[in-house]
Amino acid sequence: MMLLSTRGLSKHFAGLQAVKDVDFDLPQGQVRALIGPNGAGKSTFVNMICGRIQPSSGTVIFDGRDVTMMPAHKRITLGMAYTFQITSVFARLPAGENVALAARRRLHDKSQVEKATHKALGQVGLLDRMDQEAGDLSYGHQRLLEIAMGLVQRPRLLILDEPTQGLSDNEITDFKTLIRALAGETTILLIEHNMSVVMQVADQVTVLNFGAVLAEGSPDEIHANRAVQAAYLGGDDA
Amino acid sequence: MNDTSKIITLHGGFLLVLFALQFLLPAYHHGNLARIMVLASYAIGYNIMFGYTGLLSLGHALFFAAGMYGMGLSIQHLGFAPAPALLAGIIAGIVISAALGLMALRTGGVSFMIVTLMFAQAGYLSILYFGKWTRGDEGFVIGQAQRILWGIDLSQPGNRYFAALILFSACLMAALWLVRHPFGKTLIAIRENEDRVAMLGYNIFAHKLGAMVISATISATAGAFYGLLFGYAGASFATVQYSIFPLLWVLLGGAGTILGPFIGTLFMFYLIDLSSGITSAYMLIAGVALVLLTLFAPQGLVGVLRAKLWRWLP
Amino acid sequence: MELGPYLILASLEGAITAAVLALTAVGLSLVFGVMRVVNIAHGEFFMLGAVIAWWITGMIGGPPAVGFGVALIVAPLMVGAIAVLADMTILKRLDYDPERTIVATIGLLYIIQQLTLMSYGPDAHPVTAPFNTRLAIPWVAHGEGGWTLIWPWGLGTTSYKLAVIGAAVVVLLGVWLMMARTKIGLLMRATQQDRDMALAFGIPVERIYALVFGMGAALAALAAVLIVPIQQAHYLMGGDPLLLSFIVVIIGGLGSLPGTVVAAVLIGLSDGIISVFFSPTLAKILATLLVALVLIFRPQGLFGARGR
Repeated sequence: MMLLSTRGLSKHFAGLQAVKDVDFDLPQGQVRALIGPNGAGKSTFVNMICGRIQPSSGTVIFDGRDVTMMPAHKRITLGMAYTFQITSVFARLPAGENVALAARRRLHDKSQVEKATHKALGQVGLLDRMDQEAGDLSYGHQRLLEIAMGLVQRPRLLILDEPTQGLSDNEITDFKTLIRALAGETTILLIEHNMSVVMQVADQVTVLNFGAVLAEGSPDEIHANRAVQAAYLGGDDA
Repeated sequence: MNDTSKIITLHGGFLLVLFALQFLLPAYHHGNLARIMVLASYAIGYNIMFGYTGLLSLGHALFFAAGMYGMGLSIQHLGFAPAPALLAGIIAGIVISAALGLMALRTGGVSFMIVTLMFAQAGYLSILYFGKWTRGDEGFVIGQAQRILWGIDLSQPGNRYFAALILFSACLMAALWLVRHPFGKTLIAIRENEDRVAMLGYNIFAHKLGAMVISATISATAGAFYGLLFGYAGASFATVQYSIFPLLWVLLGGAGTILGPFIGTLFMFYLIDLSSGITSAYMLIAGVALVLLTLFAPQGLVGVLRAKLWRWLP
Repeated sequence: MELGPYLILASLEGAITAAVLALTAVGLSLVFGVMRVVNIAHGEFFMLGAVIAWWITGMIGGPPAVGFGVALIVAPLMVGAIAVLADMTILKRLDYDPERTIVATIGLLYIIQQLTLMSYGPDAHPVTAPFNTRLAIPWVAHGEGGWTLIWPWGLGTTSYKLAVIGAAVVVLLGVWLMMARTKIGLLMRATQQDRDMALAFGIPVERIYALVFGMGAALAALAAVLIVPIQQAHYLMGGDPLLLSFIVVIIGGLGSLPGTVVAAVLIGLSDGIISVFFSPTLAKILATLLVALVLIFRPQGLFGARGR
């Protein structure tokens, strides 16, 4: 069953076609990586899915419902979670409160919120930083906090926008383990630059180039795909 | 002591001091403090929106005046007793703020400031326009006979102080409860990063509207009490100046703090009180304070205290 | 008076309001357009212009034209200098943060207004016009002998009033030429388009801002000097021009100079006619509501282009 689909999804900004005519299907439970060169339209595409940007045309279907006209916050309540590419934590609030805010939308009991917050912070290894102001955390830790804020919502679709950017090698290894542990239970859409993460974590990979789908397949297929290599190397299609 | 018990001790102790002061203060300062407590309640209301939600309104005089005139006009023209009149004032504040919020909250930032300023100005001008009922600039006096609430004569200084204290305590505790409640915590998050809160699935507009109505309700309650306790309703309470005052008080005391509004009101009240003995241009103090605070101390007094000393201050 | 002559008179008075309003509002619009800040103290710069004009003409004495001529130059320069000072000491330090700038300019409003009250006093003072020849306006009437030219009593204006309109047109053309044709205008437009890009290209953005803030205030002061022989100077006179300028700038589209001028003419001209039908208070209520509603439902102004 498809959890998320788009049909003919397009966006143009003042004459520039950022995303054109994308048909995309993400089955329940899959970990999907979305890759592509800089400026390929990945972020625009994902932002249209979660409602931060209105598409110029096309539809977004989530869990069988057309959500194209739905405001972002309602899509979140339907079970999407989005972590920001540029860390966007609440810098002046403690790390724990950051996660608790994300938890409280779904949980109303104080002790339940506390429990869920502890669990999510533990999953990303930030439990000992709970009382620290989020703005004082290192960049890598802020990224992990973002992920914890996504996790605690127990989303059905977790959208991660370049989650490993700025993480140390150890943290990246932990991140891979975390995602594999979530796989099957949570559907994940991952924008990622780090190819080792993509190769080890994703079930399927979609490649965007110039706003359109260039290729789709298993990580190995994509790895071997010459058109994809050409796009990344910036040359012409061989 | 954990944070919660520290908070309860501090604020409880503070209210106890205010209670005790009525037996100690000379008559002049006794009267001033009663007035300050009512005005500080107004500032507490303002602070919910400005300090905790990050919505800078330049039109809160509209809500203060809505309470004052809702109360005053219903006594004057409908023959209401004080209790239902107070209620009428509060309801006026709720209705006006809900209607205004539904429109004004479609904007943000600078536009929101201008829109609230303009609506409040329209409200002030309406009071002048309907001078037949409101008596315009001159205002009207609410006589002693009409100020007896449940057998208690509110024009008598002791009773008046006590009523002001009850109002202030209620507003303070309501604000304290709110900012520790999940709804209030979401408001604080909206102040910090609105876009992020939306992406956590919260309805920003509904939360802001809630903040505005709560803020206006407290402001209107303060306005209604002010009119009843001091026996007068006048258009000057609806002017831009009375929208700027709570901003000034809150900035001085500390935006986004529970005690800040009172501290700011207290200081500014006495500053203006002292300077008006010297010059008729006492608003100069307000102007200088506004500029200096924005430039050098945007945190305010209690804000500095929190940053430097007591991290747990709500 | 018949309706015809009355309308002529109303539109003449309206044209004067429009001329002064256009100058004041263009000042506000320039500041908003280039610096993206709202200057609540704009009306006080207007008031300062009038008060300084009174002060200069009183000090110089002699024939009214001399003092007035000096005031026309010096008052805007002085007010501009005060504004530049305020920009450098206050606005710059706030990094032109829109909300904090509003709060600071509210403070500035009270400072200027109250200092004027302390020094100039609470009374209104007149300034003599440099020239003030009465000009009667003819009207055609259908009488017994067919169409004749008559000179209805009360239908007329003064040479000074016409000069105000002329001066405003000249100054507005000057502002437009400066923005469109000069290097400094180009730098201002570049700063308006993209502040960071302008900085990257080595444009002295801070100096441009100070200059624009000074010019905006000087335009308001100039408008006040022009109107003070008709209106008198008073320390509270800044409120109405501020409100009207807001209306004009918001209806004309925030930051758009042509839109601002069109809106000023429209509002100035209709001002006289509206006041026939409504009480001034009701007219002001409607005006403030109009500003609020335009900002809510058509933030690009009534004449502005849709979207960005």
